[in-house]
Amino acid sequence: MPTYQQFPLPDAGEGLTEAEIVAWHVAVGDTVEVNQTIVEIETAKSLVDLPCPWSGVVSAILVEPGQTVDVGTPIIEIDTDPSGAAPEPGAPDAAEQVVRAEHGGAIEHGHRGNGRRHQGVEPGGADEIEAARVSTPTAPAGRAGSGAPAAPSAPSAPSGREGARAAAGLVGRAPQEEAAAGLAGHAPSGAREAAGLAGAAPVAAAAGLTAAPARESVLVGYGLAEPGAGRRPRAGEQSAAPTEAATAATAVTPATAATPASSRHALAKPPVRKLARELGVDLDSLNPTGPGGIVTREDVLERASQAEARTLATYPGDDLPWLATGTVSGDGRQTRVPVKSVRKRTAEAMVTSAFTAPHVTVFQTIDVTRTMKLVERLRADREFADVRVTPLLIAAKALILAVRRHPEINASWDDANQEIVYKHYVNLGIAAATPRGLVVPNVKDAHRLGLLDLAKGIAELTATARAGRTSPADMADGTITITNVGVFGIDTGTPILNPGEAGILAFGAIRQQPWVHKGKVKPRHVTQLALSFDHRLVDGELGARVLADVAATLAEPAQGLVWG
Amino acid sequence: MGITGHSTGPLTDDGLVQLLTPAGERTSHPDYDARVAHLDADALRGLYRDMVLVRRFDTEATALQRQGELALFAQGLGQEAAQIGSGRALAAQDHVFPSYREHGVAHTRGVDLTDVLRLFRGVDHGGWDPVGHGFHLYTLVIGSHTLHATGYAMGVQRDGAVGTGDPDRDTAVVVYFGDGATSQGDVSEALVFAAVNNSPVVFFCQNNQWAISEPTTKQARVPLADRGPGFGVPSVRVDGNDVLATYAVTAEALERARSGGGPTFIEAYTYRMGAHTTSDDPSRYRSSAEEESWRLRDPIDRLRTHLEERGELPTAFVEELAAEADALGERIRTTVRGMGHPSPASMFEHVYATPHSVVEGERVWFEQYEASFADGARAGEGSHR
Repeated sequence: MPTYQQFPLPDAGEGLTEAEIVAWHVAVGDTVEVNQTIVEIETAKSLVDLPCPWSGVVSAILVEPGQTVDVGTPIIEIDTDPSGAAPEPGAPDAAEQVVRAEHGGAIEHGHRGNGRRHQGVEPGGADEIEAARVSTPTAPAGRAGSGAPAAPSAPSAPSGREGARAAAGLVGRAPQEEAAAGLAGHAPSGAREAAGLAGAAPVAAAAGLTAAPARESVLVGYGLAEPGAGRRPRAGEQSAAPTEAATAATAVTPATAATPASSRHALAKPPVRKLARELGVDLDSLNPTGPGGIVTREDVLERASQAEARTLATYPGDDLPWLATGTVSGDGRQTRVPVKSVRKRTAEAMVTSAFTAPHVTVFQTIDVTRTMKLVERLRADREFADVRVTPLLIAAKALILAVRRHPEINASWDDANQEIVYKHYVNLGIAAATPRGLVVPNVKDAHRLGLLDLAKGIAELTATARAGRTSPADMADGTITITNVGVFGIDTGTPILNPGEAGILAFGAIRQQPWVHKGKVKPRHVTQLALSFDHRLVDGELGARVLADVAATLAEPAQGLVWG
Repeated sequence: MGITGHSTGPLTDDGLVQLLTPAGERTSHPDYDARVAHLDADALRGLYRDMVLVRRFDTEATALQRQGELALFAQGLGQEAAQIGSGRALAAQDHVFPSYREHGVAHTRGVDLTDVLRLFRGVDHGGWDPVGHGFHLYTLVIGSHTLHATGYAMGVQRDGAVGTGDPDRDTAVVVYFGDGATSQGDVSEALVFAAVNNSPVVFFCQNNQWAISEPTTKQARVPLADRGPGFGVPSVRVDGNDVLATYAVTAEALERARSGGGPTFIEAYTYRMGAHTTSDDPSRYRSSAEEESWRLRDPIDRLRTHLEERGELPTAFVEELAAEADALGERIRTTVRGMGHPSPASMFEHVYATPHSVVEGERVWFEQYEASFADGARAGEGSHR
C-alpha cells in the first residue's frame, strides 16, 4: 500500500519560527527525488530553497504560496511507495471524507477508518485508531496516531474529531492555525520555557497533527518534543486517562516514540454546538468571545456567514477577490491583505524618508527632440544592437553628468554622527515596478560606465527585478535614483527619496507638443523633469542647478561632450 | 570622482605556491616539486576521492539542515583542497585543533563524518574521540584554539617528542583557523608563544575571504601570511584550491615542526563557496560574479582535469566513486535521522578526567530525581527509542 510522509516546515536559520511559502516547484502527481528542490520559502532572513527529504510522488501540497506558516507545519505530503497497492475497497479514505466534512458540514463522518498505511501503523490499524478515538478522549487519534503514542502529561490531547481534522490536513487545507492556536491557548508557559526555545510549543503541536516519521524530536533546534505541554507526572500519581491513552496508542504504534499531542477543546453550550454542527462550523477554529472563553451563538453565525460564497457587490460579475492572497470581508466589499515582505519594506522606507528628510521638489519642462534623435541614431548603431536604447538611458547619463558637476547632491545625511557623507561614486538607483512590489536596485559605480555599459547595466537590473530575483545587495548603497514615471504616461510627480539618498529624479512622459522653436511654434518632443531633494543638505540653488544641468543635456545631448 | 583602491592588499595572487593551475596543468616549483614527487596516479586518485566524498557530505548535510534534521551546518564547499591536501600530509601521531568547518580534515583523520553531524544536530558536544583520532573537538569560539594548540605543542616539547629523528615519535600540532580569526588577539598571542618557545605547531589559516559577511579587505591591508615574519614565524602563501600545493607546503611545515625547527604560518588562499552557515545568506553581502569567478578555480575540477588529461581517471573509477558517494549520502541521511537523544546523565561524563566526588554526588541525586517520575528513570537509560 502507498506510504505517506509529510514534510514539516524546517527552521532554515537559527531560531526562526515561521516562513512564507513563496513558490512550489512541484505539483501533485509529480515524481520527486531525494534532495530535489521542491519549494522556495522566505524567512525573516532570506529566500531559501528546500530539498525534498524523500523520493516518491507528491500526493498533496498542504500550504499555498503566499501563506505564512509556523515552523513544524506540514507543507507537503509525499507518497514514498507509490507502486504500493491502492487502499482496500471498502476502507474509505478518512482524509477525503474529512475534506468533504470540512466543506459540507458533516464533520462527524471524518474518522470512519483509514485505508492508507503510514509509517508505524500496522495493517488493520484503522480500527485500532478508531478504538483509540472512542475509548480515550486524550489519545491522539486518526492519522496523528501513527507517529504519536501517548503523551501522558498532555493536558488536552486531541479528541477523535481533532484527529479527523488532522487527517483532513493531509489532503485538504491543513488546519495549522488551529494547531498553533490550540497550543498558544493551552500550553502552560512554564512548559514552553522549559523547552528552552520560543517556538518549541507550536512544533510540538504540529507533531501531534502530523504523523511525523518515527522519531521523537520533530525538528532539531526546537527543543524536546516530549514532555509537550504539561507537567511530568510523578510516580504513583493518579493518571488513569494517560495510561489508557498509552495503551490505546501502543496498540496503534508499538514501535514509535512519544510525540505529544496538544490542542484545545472549545467550550460551548449544547444549543450552540448543535447550531455549529448544522452550519458546518468547526467550534475549535473560532475565537471565542463569550465570558470565560466560551464560544457564543454569534461567533458561530459570524463564521457561517463568512463561509458563504461572497461576491463583490460593487461590480456585478466580478466575484473574485481582487488580490489572490487577501481575505474578503463579510459583506464582500473589502479585501484585507496582510502587509508583508516587499510591501512592508516599501512602507517602512517611505515613512522613514518622508518624515525625516524635508523634501523639496523642483520642476522643469523641456524640449527633448534632440535626445529623441540621439536615441533613434543609437538604435541603428550596430554597437548598440543588443541593448534597448531608451530616453531613460540618456536621462541616466545626463543625471550622472550633473552629479559630476555638482557632487554635493550625491550625499547622505548621517543623523547619528551629525555628518554629511559625500559619496565618491554613483550607484544609480532605478525604481522598478515588479510583480512583488516596488524595488529600487542600483547600477553599481555607474559613473565609471560608458553609455553602452550603462545600458547593459540598466537592462540587467530591470530584468532581474522583473524576475523577482533582486538581491538585497543589489538594492544596498544607492546614492541617487531615477524613477521613470513617464513609462506610465504620467507627466511628472513629486517623488519620495530613497532612504539614505539626497536626490531623486522623476522622468515624465515624452509627448509631441506645440513648442516655440527658433521663433516659431513647431511640434516638438517635450517632457517634464522633477527633482526632489533633501533640504537638510541640499539647498534650493544646488537642487535647481542639478535639474537645470540634466535638462540642458537632454535638450542638447552634445552638452555631454562639454561636461563629460 | 571615484575612489581608487589599493593595488596591493590581502587579496592577491602574488607569491602563491601553486603546483596545479585552475586549468589542471602541473606547474613546476623549485622548492616544492620534491614534496609531491612520490604521489603517483593512485595517490592522486585517492586525493580526488577524498575531496569528492567530503563534498558529497557537505551537500547532504546542507540538505538535511534544510529538511529540519540539523540545527545548523557550516559548509566547507570550495575548501576541500586546503583541507584534504593538508590533512593527508599529517602523520598518525600528529594532533589537529580544528575550528568548525574542517570536515575534510576530519575525514583524513579517520573520523566518521556522520559523527561530525552529532554536534550539528545538537545531540553531542563533540562526537568523536579526540585522542584516538589525533583530532580535537570542533572549536566554535573564534581563534581561542590557536592557544590550545600552542599549549599542546609546548607539552609535546616537554614529552620530548620533537627532534628525536624517530619518524614515528616526532610530533607536530596543526591548528586550523580562518581569516576572521586573525583579527582576534588570541591568534597573535598564540604566535608569540609558539615563536619564542620554538614549538612544533603549524598555523594553518584558510583565508576563505569572508568572516561571515566581513571581507578580508576590512581586516588586513597586507596578505595574512605577512603576519608571521613579524613574530619570527616562517610563513608561506599557498593556492588553497590546489590540493598538491597545500599538501607540499604542509609537509614542509610539519617536517620543520617535528624536527625542532619551530612553528610555521600557512595562509591557504581559498574561497568559501557556500554560506557561512545555513543561517547565512551570502547574497546579501557579496556578488554572484565573485562567486562565479571562484567557481572557475574549483579545487575538484582542476584535479579531475589533470587526471583526465593524463588518462588516469578511468571510467570504472569514476563510476565506483559516484556509487560510493551515493552510498555515503544514503548512510548520512539514515544515520542522522536515527540519532537519538543523549542520556541526560551524560552531562556528568567528561567533566573531569578522573572521578570527582562532587560530580558523582550530583549524578546520583539527579538519577534519583529522574526516577521519581511516573515515566521512570530516563537519566540512566540513554536513548529510549
